[in-house]
Amino acid sequence: MHVIDKPPVGIEWGEVWDGFRQLAPISLFVVIFGLAFGLAAAQAGLEGTSIMLMSSLVFAGAAQFAVLDLWGEQVPLVPLVVTVFAINARHLLMGATLYPWLRELPPAKRYGVMLVVSDANWALSQQAFNRGAPGLGLLLGGGIALWLAWAAGSWLGLSFGNAIQDPVSLGLDMVMGCFLLAMVVGGKKNLRMLVIWTLAGGSSLLAYRYLPENSHVVVGALAGGILGAVWMEKNDEH
Amino acid sequence: MNIETAGHGTLIIILIMAVVTLATRWGGIYVMSFVPISYRVQQFIGAMSGSVLIAVLAPLALAGDNGARAALATTAVVMLLVKKPLPAIAAGIVVAALIRAL
Repeated sequence: MHVIDKPPVGIEWGEVWDGFRQLAPISLFVVIFGLAFGLAAAQAGLEGTSIMLMSSLVFAGAAQFAVLDLWGEQVPLVPLVVTVFAINARHLLMGATLYPWLRELPPAKRYGVMLVVSDANWALSQQAFNRGAPGLGLLLGGGIALWLAWAAGSWLGLSFGNAIQDPVSLGLDMVMGCFLLAMVVGGKKNLRMLVIWTLAGGSSLLAYRYLPENSHVVVGALAGGILGAVWMEKNDEH
Repeated sequence: MNIETAGHGTLIIILIMAVVTLATRWGGIYVMSFVPISYRVQQFIGAMSGSVLIAVLAPLALAGDNGARAALATTAVVMLLVKKPLPAIAAGIVVAALIRAL
């Protein structure tokens, strides 16, 4: 049985604060996404309290935007569940990648931290783990920053949504994409990872083109993961 | 089956969304608690973690406009050179804004 060298586990409050600070700049842009959501939701006919309840309980921007497309006097149940599940299915994979570290925590903390898992703080914690540094505090602190920003932005949007005229022409729609890419590029790079990423990107594009909507992330991630399980890194014990 | 958005319907829809999302946040670690973490599983997880992000980004680059593509390319290059996320992201956004302004 192989045992990896684990960074120290557990959650230090200093680290939580560090995660909060590291994602504070990104959170400012999440405020703008939230603002766009609050405005769009108000225009779709949702009341202010419903919008705030949705943003604070669901905390999943892409899924919330997609549900607005289904909104009307009635909302169909099955498309609602399928849409939300498909868009958020990447959380399943993120949870799986975090498990080797999370399993050291007692169950209440383990599931508690997962409440605020989102793309940006998950990517930040993965980068820390790749360096052999502890990342669960960063995950929690970054998640709190993102959650506050999402809720605050939603409130601003439903209250004063018309203030931002054209976020796309300012490039603001690219903040999250550029952040995630910076996390990928900052990670471990070698021939094996490049081939894995190429397969992940290629299969994601094929799924995006030919498979049902929102399946591409899961397809690409699983394709990359399976290749990684077949083509394993050289290891002293193997 | 449809849910009326009048009355309590909206609340029910929000709760359904919250429960489904929570199931995705909790499901991965719950399932993994039954999987022994062998070396192969570690390699699977390690390969999957970068692949999730690549799979999110690939369609963004393909379906996006030239501004989006240039932003991603700039971020990648600056990140490789400077190895600091914030300058890389800032450069990407500035390039997207410039290209869209042309």
